[in-house]
Amino acid sequence: MRVYFDYNATTPLAPEVIDAVVRATRDTFGNASSVHHFGQQAKAALDDARSAVAALIHADPSEIVFTSGGTESDNFAIRGASEALEPSGRRHLIASAIEHEAVLNTLRALTRRGWRTTLVPVDESGILSPDRLREAIADDTALVSVMHANNEIGTIQPIAELATLAHARGALLHTDAVQSVGKIPVDVRALGVDLLSLSAHKFNGPKGAGALWIKRGTRMQSIVTGGKHERNRRAGTENVPGLAGLGVAARLAAGKLAAEAARVGALRDRLEEGILRTVPGTVVNGARGSRVPNTTNISFDRVEAESLLIALDLEGIAVSTGSACSSGTLEPSHVLRAMGLSTHRTQNSLRFSLGMCSTAAEVDHVVEVLPRLVEKLRSLSRKVS
Amino acid sequence: MSGGVDSSVAAALLAEQGHDVIGLSMQLYDQSEGQTSFGSCCSIDDLHDARRVAAAINIPHYILNFERQFQEQVVSNFVDEYASGRTPLPCAHCNSDLKFTTLAERARSLGADAVATGHYARVEPLRLAGDNGARSGHVRYVLKRGVDAAKDQSYFLFSLTQAQLTRAVFPVGDRPKSAVREYARLRNLPVADKPDSQEICFIPDHDYRGFVEKQRPDTSRNGQFVDEHGSIVGAHDGVHRFTVGQRRGLGLTAAASGTPLYVLALRPTERQVVVGPKSSLERTTLSASGVNWLIDPPTASIRATVQIRHRHQAAPATVRAVAPGQAAVTFDAPQIAVTPGQAAVFYDGDVVLGGGWID
Repeated sequence: MRVYFDYNATTPLAPEVIDAVVRATRDTFGNASSVHHFGQQAKAALDDARSAVAALIHADPSEIVFTSGGTESDNFAIRGASEALEPSGRRHLIASAIEHEAVLNTLRALTRRGWRTTLVPVDESGILSPDRLREAIADDTALVSVMHANNEIGTIQPIAELATLAHARGALLHTDAVQSVGKIPVDVRALGVDLLSLSAHKFNGPKGAGALWIKRGTRMQSIVTGGKHERNRRAGTENVPGLAGLGVAARLAAGKLAAEAARVGALRDRLEEGILRTVPGTVVNGARGSRVPNTTNISFDRVEAESLLIALDLEGIAVSTGSACSSGTLEPSHVLRAMGLSTHRTQNSLRFSLGMCSTAAEVDHVVEVLPRLVEKLRSLSRKVS
Repeated sequence: MSGGVDSSVAAALLAEQGHDVIGLSMQLYDQSEGQTSFGSCCSIDDLHDARRVAAAINIPHYILNFERQFQEQVVSNFVDEYASGRTPLPCAHCNSDLKFTTLAERARSLGADAVATGHYARVEPLRLAGDNGARSGHVRYVLKRGVDAAKDQSYFLFSLTQAQLTRAVFPVGDRPKSAVREYARLRNLPVADKPDSQEICFIPDHDYRGFVEKQRPDTSRNGQFVDEHGSIVGAHDGVHRFTVGQRRGLGLTAAASGTPLYVLALRPTERQVVVGPKSSLERTTLSASGVNWLIDPPTASIRATVQIRHRHQAAPATVRAVAPGQAAVTFDAPQIAVTPGQAAVFYDGDVVLGGGWID
């Protein structure tokens, strides 16, 4: 039995999405900028996808800019907003310490170009307290970027409160919602944000397709320049098959959001409780109350996560230690470190993330296999020490 | 799996023989730090090569982060040795202190029975004869030179213990390098024509002096050249920059006689580098510490051939175990450049009897 519990890394495509991608690849090959019939068909496919994505996050279709995915959307949000605001004299950027590297490394790049940046720490539960943002924000803060749900521990940040705080000081708020869109209800107006990133492949869509929602009236500079695609905001011939897939994935997610969150949430809880019950020395990282329903992050006392991850994979069970770096090696999680957890606990943590194809049988299989593997690794480490 | 052709073929051979093979690669140092130009880094590419080979032969593959252990077990020793006027042999330490300890433990925790590497060496079980008393019939593992004499790496494996050898497998040790490459081509392994790795893996620019200075900024950067009689003949910029037997790069003007000068000895406390003619490099004796015996430690002198560096033709000698972990070697004929820090490995033909670190 092969079990895939790494949905926060990426997800399998829904069959309807595969159909849409294949159909668009075959039948809708036109360039959406072309005047003729073929171009019109491609344009129609994009419009349809745009409406579906807008509906999923309660936005207006004209506010959706298609991108190549979450990383580009984050880059666009931060670089595009900061460049547009530079003439106003604002030279300060804020992000939470637990952001995805797409945000953290973009801030680092801007630091080298003269921007001040502040990373706001989170508490031990993995949630950013509005008070800490209040302390960090300055008169010349241009943009605050805080993720909606964290990729490693799943915690949901109080975005609406943070947005109110940012706006009170004249700053924009961007949220990387790559891990929440499609898993929980996301309403851009209720969140009160100015910019929101999303990615198709995190909710059963294809890779290489995503969007940045830009609230109407927000001043932005393009970061990909060229033709007048996407209302002059993001140049480049649109990835029609990928975006058609995004549209179908968005529609599917919107249609079953509540039911699927309840189903996956129950599986996640069953897994979490099963592990805590059967494996001694385990603890959940991050607030259990305020999380996306598919994610649990657990530290295993006296077990190196790297070894347990490999042992599980050899048993056919795919999980993750959080975020893997490009070479595929494992590094202590910056998220768990930012929560102030001991080095020990950050090196012993595994992330289990569930989704569309997960079943109770899979959960029970993992709960059955895990205690034996953990005990084996612990007995070997006892021998060595 | 280093991403080179030898370990790739080792894995492919075992998989072909029907073993249940798990590919492991070690990330030993941070290749991303300070890297600004694209494509300038070799080692990440090597790890990717290992992954491609694993995919090609359809085995799981994992990269283990051993940066901390490598620094502690190999790099710090390497730097210490240079700082104390010795010439280290990091590959031997890496084999016995990392690959066949930490990596082997990790492999064992994953259920592996043995650790295979791409070394050109052989390990063979030998059933002890009936006259071995209580141990008659027990199996001892014998380490032998690789079949390809030009590629033999047994010199770097002398410090493996019996327990380590029990679980060591060297699938390419019984074939010549040309056959290894031929097999890689036959199997379409993506590394079949990759050049052999050179020198010290963690110093890709070969500037070991700069590496030592960077790791130990307090390393003394000056001192004097003296001749065999103690007379000062020049100034140098750090004892760690020299190796016994070295001729090039001394920056000395030729002696009055016009004969080239060689490094004869290093005296780190006095910050002196002793230089002299090649004839003064000859030694007939050496002592070795940290001796590892792969046979029962001999109670009397034994005859052996002794190899004192990687590219040295093992020379006939008499070896005596003078104390636990200590051995005295007397060569039949003088040897050039007996270098402290290198290994003296004792052979009986192809068989490694033991070895130690030259004092």
